Amino acid sequence: MKTSPARRIVNAMMLSLSGICTLLVISVLFFILGYLLVHGLKSLDLDFFSKLPKPSGEIGGGMANAIVGSGKVLLLATLIGVPIGFLAGIFLAEYSGKAFAFTIRYVVDLLNGVPSIVIGIVAYALVVRPMRHFSALAGGVALGIMMIPIAVRTTEEFLRSVPNSMREGAMALGATRAQTIFTVVVPAAMSGLISGMMLNLARVAGETAPLLFTALGNMFWSKGWLEPIATLPVMIYNYAIAPEEDLHQQAWAAGFVLLMLVLAINVTARMVINRGTASSRR
Amino acid sequence: MASSSIAGSLRHRANRSVLARLRGGDEISYLVTLACAVLVFVVVVLIVAKLWGNSQPAIRAFGWDFLRTSRWNPNSGNFGALPFLYGTCVTSAIALLIAVPTGVASAIFLAEMAPPKLSNLLTFLIELLAAVPSVIYGLLGIFMLLPLIRSYLVPALKGTFGFLPLFQGSFYGVSLLSAGLVLAVMVVPFIVSVSREVLLAVPTEQREAALAVGATKWETTWDIVLPYARSGIFGSIFLALARALGETMAVTMVIGNTPKITASLLSPGYSIAAVIANEFAEASGDLYVSSLIFAGLVLFGLTIVINALARILILATSQKAAAA
Amino acid sequence: MASPQQQQIMTRESVTLPAETAVSKTPGAACKLTAQNVDFFYGSFQALHSISLDIPSHRITAFIGPSGCGKSTFLRTMNRMNEALRNTRVEGELRLDGEDILSMDVTDVRRRVGMVFQKSNPFPKSIFDNVAYGLRVNGMSKKSVVEEAVERSLQRAALWTEVKDKLHKPASALSGGQQQRLCIARALAVEPEVLLLDEPCSALDPIATRRIEELLFQLKEVTTIVIVTHNMQQAARIADLTGFFLLGKLIEIDGTKKIFQNPGKKETEDYVTGRFG
Repeated sequence: MKTSPARRIVNAMMLSLSGICTLLVISVLFFILGYLLVHGLKSLDLDFFSKLPKPSGEIGGGMANAIVGSGKVLLLATLIGVPIGFLAGIFLAEYSGKAFAFTIRYVVDLLNGVPSIVIGIVAYALVVRPMRHFSALAGGVALGIMMIPIAVRTTEEFLRSVPNSMREGAMALGATRAQTIFTVVVPAAMSGLISGMMLNLARVAGETAPLLFTALGNMFWSKGWLEPIATLPVMIYNYAIAPEEDLHQQAWAAGFVLLMLVLAINVTARMVINRGTASSRR
Repeated sequence: MASSSIAGSLRHRANRSVLARLRGGDEISYLVTLACAVLVFVVVVLIVAKLWGNSQPAIRAFGWDFLRTSRWNPNSGNFGALPFLYGTCVTSAIALLIAVPTGVASAIFLAEMAPPKLSNLLTFLIELLAAVPSVIYGLLGIFMLLPLIRSYLVPALKGTFGFLPLFQGSFYGVSLLSAGLVLAVMVVPFIVSVSREVLLAVPTEQREAALAVGATKWETTWDIVLPYARSGIFGSIFLALARALGETMAVTMVIGNTPKITASLLSPGYSIAAVIANEFAEASGDLYVSSLIFAGLVLFGLTIVINALARILILATSQKAAAA
Repeated sequence: MASPQQQQIMTRESVTLPAETAVSKTPGAACKLTAQNVDFFYGSFQALHSISLDIPSHRITAFIGPSGCGKSTFLRTMNRMNEALRNTRVEGELRLDGEDILSMDVTDVRRRVGMVFQKSNPFPKSIFDNVAYGLRVNGMSKKSVVEEAVERSLQRAALWTEVKDKLHKPASALSGGQQQRLCIARALAVEPEVLLLDEPCSALDPIATRRIEELLFQLKEVTTIVIVTHNMQQAARIADLTGFFLLGKLIEIDGTKKIFQNPGKKETEDYVTGRFG
């Protein structure tokens, strides 16, 4: 009983179809990269990195303040989100009992699923309302909250992957629990932890929605942390929906820069983890 | 002799500072890490509390009618979120309709057909797509996708399906359809990534059993592997749905931001996330702000429910595979 | 009467048999660690029943017995490693030089009673940092002292000449046998009074095993050694005192020669002649 030609045809057809779908999906990535490369590079010049935005109607200007602004807000977010997430992850991996760990993990997953715009609302309620104005601080709080879940998860996952024999080896030498964790387990998991933090950062670096009504925006330089501040993603949004063609060009440039940054961090993070696992396998 | 002095000084150190060491190391470490874990819990509670609390004025004013009325009038103080709910649901539906078949098919290719090295490379690239910021999808949506849709897709749709109320009326670029398409592109990587993992988790013995009786590769996949992984794939769909519901920037840039309910997909619309993004910063008056926050609360609730369902489904498949 | 099998077990090459060592029941200054009616529980399951023994100072004591008989569990009770697991309980008395182990500060116990594990577990650090770890963690940080201690430990572990030029290379680059000797050096660095070894050679080839056995023989001068082994020939080769465990009980503990040639209990005889296990 040989396989009927009909079955063979269906087989070949379906399998090709699935390959075509994959090709389609992959091609989207290349379309995005290509489009941004062409349009972004075209509009990218030194002014972009050094000048401030021009007032409405005037041509030219750059996004220097937005680049610095993004840096400031992300720094704040990292300072808020990463330590809390890291230490909570240590608790889950090294100290916690099963029931408590399950609860916290569930809550962390919940937090991860909250739409970023909703986080923005909460940061608004927590920081902007009491202060009565928008600020870099509010933006940092919003993004910091978003960084917590991934920080917890990656920390827990990579600490758990360190074999117990390491912990026993340290404790058998007279190290306390705390010493074991911080001088043996954490260093052993370091490449994974760093990689995780980089991916975390890349994710929030592109976030726009939570900044719309926390950091808001600024046409000028922002002093300190308590003024509204310009950020790259928000500028892209504002310029993209503006009527002026010149602003569209700048939006492309900014989009290109942002995407390159995000992709660079992603790829580096993968490299870090691959190198880390390779060296420990020796 | 030097060696006995080491043992001696270690003993001396231990005896002298037993209390100090005890207090210094383990206690602090335990308490600080516990505090952070509790803090995470507190943050989530705070989120729910703030959302709920700040929605109260709107809840008191409108109750559940909020979700049934479609008047959104900041001037008269009448707020009904039905148009946003409608837009959110319609765009997500369009997104899933396109992304699910494409995504699952790609996952099948990557899990069942492609050699491991190719599969890993392609998966890596597809996962990079998930890392692209929403605002960039929006940017490309406005300037790359909308012209394409206007020039090619809409005429084609009108040509073949023009009789349907879905595709009637004039098309100006920004529309429910455009938003749905952009969302489809954005959620496909999630479907591919999770479905691929779920398919890879199906035990090889299952495939071998089918192939051994002469089934073709496709038949094995369709009849044996997919049903086995079914709950996990549904899980990935729910995950994608949760993402689509909450997507803000790309949607607000191409949906048209018009609080109207129309049968046609070609007309502009609005979504919950988009209205919040657009109007929150300038909203004045307690009821206005509160209504926006109420809408946010509804969105929050929706995503929680769907994420929970997703997790249960994905867990179900992995448990089945582990038990096998 | 020694059977041909027992005589085969007793073949030694370069090492001479020590004289009959103090039997467990002899009290006195030669006793480093004593156990009195030690019971151990995993939850409600009793894994050790009333273990009583004396570990003589500066000698090698071996625990033998079939898998699951409790010898490793008892070993880990001696440095309270079992406390790291949940739901465990020790009852009875354990004394190190007269001090109650169970009420001492646990990290202090572990510094004084060191352990080498079945599978070598060097930290993902350099060779130097591995050996120095115990010192640093116990508060010793002066560079010159640490360097001297590291060199001395590596010499004692017979590893110095092989690694002295690559102290700052990662420990993972060493071979299996070298890694295990590194773990021994690491344990020796904090100058433990007792060194516990849990089947240290089970993952190693015969040549590496031999080197470690020779090493242990020399280490007797520096510390007291307790070794768990499933390899009876190993116990016969190096141990002064041998204890036979079965089903969580210490059946018999005596001079090695006596255990293998003329055991007092029938179970011991059955085991050493290979009738089971």
